[in-house]
Order: sequence, then C-alpha cells, then structure tokens
Amino acid sequence: MAQVTLRDVKKVYDGKVVAVRDVNLTIGDGEFLVLVGPSGCGKSTTLRMIAGLEAITEGTISIGDRVVNDVHPKDRDIAMVFQNYALYPHMSVEKNMAFGLQLRKLPRDEIRKRVTETAGLLGIGELLQRRPKQLSGGQRQRVALGRAIVRDASVFLFDEPLSNLDAKLRVTTRTEIKKLHKRLKTTTVYVTHDQEEAMTLGDRIVVMSAGRGVGVIEQVDTPLNVYRYPKNRFVGAFLGRTPMNFFDGRLVEAEGEVWFVAGPEHAPSIRLAMLPQHGAKLRDRVGDEVTLGLRPSSLSEHPMGKETAAHSTIRANVQVVEPLGKNIDVSCELLDGSPMLARIDARHDFPTSGEVKFYVDMEHVHLFEPGEFGPSLLHPEGAPQNETATLASGA
Amino acid sequence: MNERHPMESATGPLAKLARPATFVALVVLGISFVVPFVWQVLISLSDRSEVDRLTETGFPSRISLDAYVRVFDQVPFAKYFFNSFFVAGWVTLLQVITCSMAAYAFSRIQWPGRDKVFLLYLGTLMVPGVVLMVPNFVVILGLGMFDDYTGLIIPAAFSAYGTFLLRQFMLTIPSSLDEAAAIDGAGHWRIFTQVILPLARPGLIVLAIFAFLFNYNSFFWPLILTQSENLRVLPVGLLQFNTTYGSDVPAIMAAALMAMIPPIILFLLLQKYLVKGIQLGAVKG
Repeated sequence: MAQVTLRDVKKVYDGKVVAVRDVNLTIGDGEFLVLVGPSGCGKSTTLRMIAGLEAITEGTISIGDRVVNDVHPKDRDIAMVFQNYALYPHMSVEKNMAFGLQLRKLPRDEIRKRVTETAGLLGIGELLQRRPKQLSGGQRQRVALGRAIVRDASVFLFDEPLSNLDAKLRVTTRTEIKKLHKRLKTTTVYVTHDQEEAMTLGDRIVVMSAGRGVGVIEQVDTPLNVYRYPKNRFVGAFLGRTPMNFFDGRLVEAEGEVWFVAGPEHAPSIRLAMLPQHGAKLRDRVGDEVTLGLRPSSLSEHPMGKETAAHSTIRANVQVVEPLGKNIDVSCELLDGSPMLARIDARHDFPTSGEVKFYVDMEHVHLFEPGEFGPSLLHPEGAPQNETATLASGA
Repeated sequence: MNERHPMESATGPLAKLARPATFVALVVLGISFVVPFVWQVLISLSDRSEVDRLTETGFPSRISLDAYVRVFDQVPFAKYFFNSFFVAGWVTLLQVITCSMAAYAFSRIQWPGRDKVFLLYLGTLMVPGVVLMVPNFVVILGLGMFDDYTGLIIPAAFSAYGTFLLRQFMLTIPSSLDEAAAIDGAGHWRIFTQVILPLARPGLIVLAIFAFLFNYNSFFWPLILTQSENLRVLPVGLLQFNTTYGSDVPAIMAAALMAMIPPIILFLLLQKYLVKGIQLGAVKG
C-alpha cells in the first residue's frame, strides 16, 4: 500500500512534442483513481510514467515516500494490466502468473500457494495449465488481473483493461474489478476513455483533454461532483451517458431576474430565468455571450397548455422518439432549428411529432463562456467546498 | 455462387484461355527445372567413356554405379561431408546466437542512433561479397586463421541479412510483452531469453535453414582459405575430379547428387517454416 504523488509532471517526446504537462495528482493510499479523456489526452502516458515505462521530462513522481523518477519499473513495486493483456503466449496461465514471483526469487511453495489462491479468487483455477490462446477474451482478462494481483504490489496500474471485451462482459468485469479493489484496497490508477467506466469505478476521476494541443488535467473530483459541477464545457460534454445539449445565447436582465436568451429578441428559441442564487453570480456578466449546457436528463415533460413556470420551459418540435425502457430519448428541434435531446420518463402516448414543451430543472443547468473549453460561470472551481470536504482533496 | 472475385479479370475469350495458359506455362517451367536433375542422374549412372555421346543417345547403354564407387575410392568424400556439416553447423549455431542478439538490440532497445546504425548495417548487404574477398583474406591471414576451421567459421558467424530477418520478426512481437516482463522484474537478458527468443522461434528456424544451406553450398571462400586435404568442404572437394588430365564427369555428378541429399531432406522437413520465412515482414500477424 502506498500513496502516489505526481508533482508538475511533464512529458516531451523527441524534444518537441509535449504529450502532457502540469500534472499534479495525489493518489491516496488505497484509493481508486481513474484517468479519463479522449485519445491523445496523455492519460496513458501519465500512467506509463508512473509505471516507469516512459521517462519523465520534468517534475517528480513518488510512490510512498520514495521519488521514483529514475527507478526501474521492476523496483517500483507496481503491477500493471495492459490493454492487450500482454500475457506471455508461450507460457501456461500458471507460469504467466508465477513469472514475476520467480524473478523475485520467492520459494517454490510460496509461489504455488499464491498462484492457487489468486486463481481461486478470480475463478480461473481450472485454466492454470492452458495457454493464453486457448482462453476467451474474458478469461485472458482475468489471467492478466491475476498476474497483477498475485504479485501483491503496492500500486496497481490499469491501462484500458476492458476495451477489448464485448459490452456485456465489460460491465460484469467492471463490477468485479470494483469488488476486488474493495477487498484488496490496493492503491489503483486506472486509465480509460470510457466515461461510464470512469464514473462507475473511480473514487475520484481525473478528466484530461488534449484540446489545446497538449494533454492537461481539466478537473479532479469524485464522479458525482465532476458530473454535477463541471469546471468547463469540455468536462460537461465529456461526462454523461447522453451528451449534454449546448445552446449559444446571451444573458439579459429583466423583471429583476437574470435570463438566458437564445435566438432573436422578438422570438427567442430559449428564454430561461436563472435561479436567484445563480443570478447573483451572473449579474455582472449581463450582456455577455454565453453557452447554456443542459443535460438531457434535466428536461422533463411539461403538460401543453398549462402556462405555469413559463420562465423555465423550452418549446421544441419532436423529430424522433426512442424508447429505452424506463426512459425515452426525444430528439427534437428548437424553433430556430438547433437540435436538442431530452431523456424523460417513458410514456406510451408521447407524441412522435409536433410541438411539445419541456420543463427545465433550473437547479442543474450549466452556463459556460463561449468556446470548447469555456469555463463554467456558475461553478468555475468545480464542486462547492462543503461537498468535497469529506474527501482528501488531491490536486 | 456467381460472385466474381474482384481480382479476376473481365469475362471473354481471353479470360477463358488465361487459366489453361497459366497451367501450361507452369508445367513448362516445372519441366525446365527438373530436366537438369534428371540429366545429372543419368550422367552419374553412365560409364565414363559414354558421357560424350550421351547428348546423342539420350540414355546410357548400361546403368553403372561405378561413378559412385569412384567418389569414395579416389577422394576422402566422407571427410568432405563431415567438414561441410561441421562448418555449416557451427556457422548456423553462431549466426542464430549473434543475429538474434543484434536483432533484439535493433528492435527492442531504444538507444541513440539505433536506426541509423541499422541502416549502415543493412548497407553492408549492398556490397558484393567478392569485393571484400581480398581484404577479408588478409585479415584472416593476419589473425592466423588461414587453413583452419576457425577461418571458415568465424567470419560467417555474423550476418547482416540474418539480423535484418530476425529484427523484422521481432518487431511483430508486441512491445507490451517486454513491458509486462520489465514490471514483473525482468532485465534485458531475461526478457531476451525467456520472452523474446521463445516467441521468435519460427524466425530462428528460418534463419537456421538459410544459414545452413548458404554455408553448406559455400565454395569460393573455403577454396581460397584452405590448403589441406582434410579441411576441404564438399563443393571444393568436387573439384578433385576436375584435373588437368580431364574431368571425371560421372563422378562429379554422383558426388554432387549425394551432396544435395541433406539440403533436400532439410527442406522437406522444414519447408513450412521456409515458406513462412519468405513471407516474414510481408504480412503482419
């Protein structure tokens, strides 16, 4: 068990291409931290630097109390699971798992005991004599996990370990990894491009991006905090199973309230009154161009004809209705033609065309400055302090 | 199924003829490969006096094994066989060792200037061997390896071609295996011997076959580098039947035929690896 600390870590390839910079992270002892982001954001590079598979250009990485910048991977007391599993094809499952222990000169009995125990834990006891190519994808995945666990290292590193599995297996294996972590409580750094995997697995998640040409950290927090309080538009767009809706518009002041208005003055496509607690933060931004971020799940059906709460509704034309079971996804178009997705409670007779009205949960709307990385106007620092106080704050 | 493969040409009388024409061409080509061997066998079975007339008669009037007997009577043919096997065997073993180590360094280790050095290495393949014959000879003379097994073995123990072949093969082995092994606690030597070498086995076999065949056939270098009778290898030994007083053609053919047998057996046993070796690097995976 150990804490992992990254301070001002930077990686430059060939003296010119900056892969990541300004990486500051503290991964608590026993914590499950997920690095998530689109491809090229430097998440894998960061993980590989922790593993010692990539040299660090600047900064320091420590595991426990020891700075490991120049320590060989084998001496870092880490175990790693690779995306392609990286099982030794010419060795049996048993030998794959025992290889690291043999190299560490453990007594033969101890090796056998540990391999058997770990294999039992993962349900691969009967596969020990097989070769990797005789195993299914899911079984290989378990062996790769087993090879990492059996080493009893103080840090586990996972590099997109589930991306080669089919969707169903991915979900069950995900749950298993979480169970294993609960049981072993080993400090874990996990890399994925899948936001759902990140949300479900991480104690905290680190959202990274490459949007400005360099991999950087956008936000670090618990999954729910990052979901609820994205620091900028990128984070808001990246997290969430259904993509956030974005509308460009401006802030205006009327009737003593601050309003978000999109579309022409005389016939706005959106006109929403901000809640008073939000309005206070926005008053000096009145007149500015802003982007409204609206999660599909923040919309709900509003009975037509009823005129209550007109300051928190959006009118739209239904294009396509997709039933999902408990919910339906409604793809629609606003008056000015901009698309919007709403995820609402399922109802048999929801109209498949024509105009409908949605009620907007104003508590959970987001406002960003324009641009892909526009900072949040409501929560520029992410979650309010009182919501993170219970967690050891990292970077 | 009426679907036509996209590689197939359009229909028409020409297309219909294409298949049989290819077939005929291949048969003609096949025969032209086989005829010299048949001719060789016929000559080796003829009487020495009859050889000159064989082009007219087409077939020996009397089948005789005399030439085969002469091969063993007049020269230490078994010793030549041994020498050829001994030299080619050692060269093969050493080449597999040196080339695999060099290939590992060129494919799995990052070091400054690696790819440039490799290009340089490849460049040596472009220099015709004959050009280097004299300088090599002088070096070997200086090293005291003239007229000695070491002179035949050591210079051939390193091969740019073999290094290239194995490097290409090793490049197809995923680098995550080295990384997994490094994290498991292995250094370069262990990664090389316990991970990469076992996985490069098909490549090693191909190299071994090529190296063996090439050195088994080697003629010019052993010819200039050896003087003693007991160091002669097979191709050089065949010269013995070619004297200033005339050539014993049936004996040469008989000896050459016997010398061909081991490579043919080797090829038959390992041809699936050879075919694989020719494809190496052409298709990934």
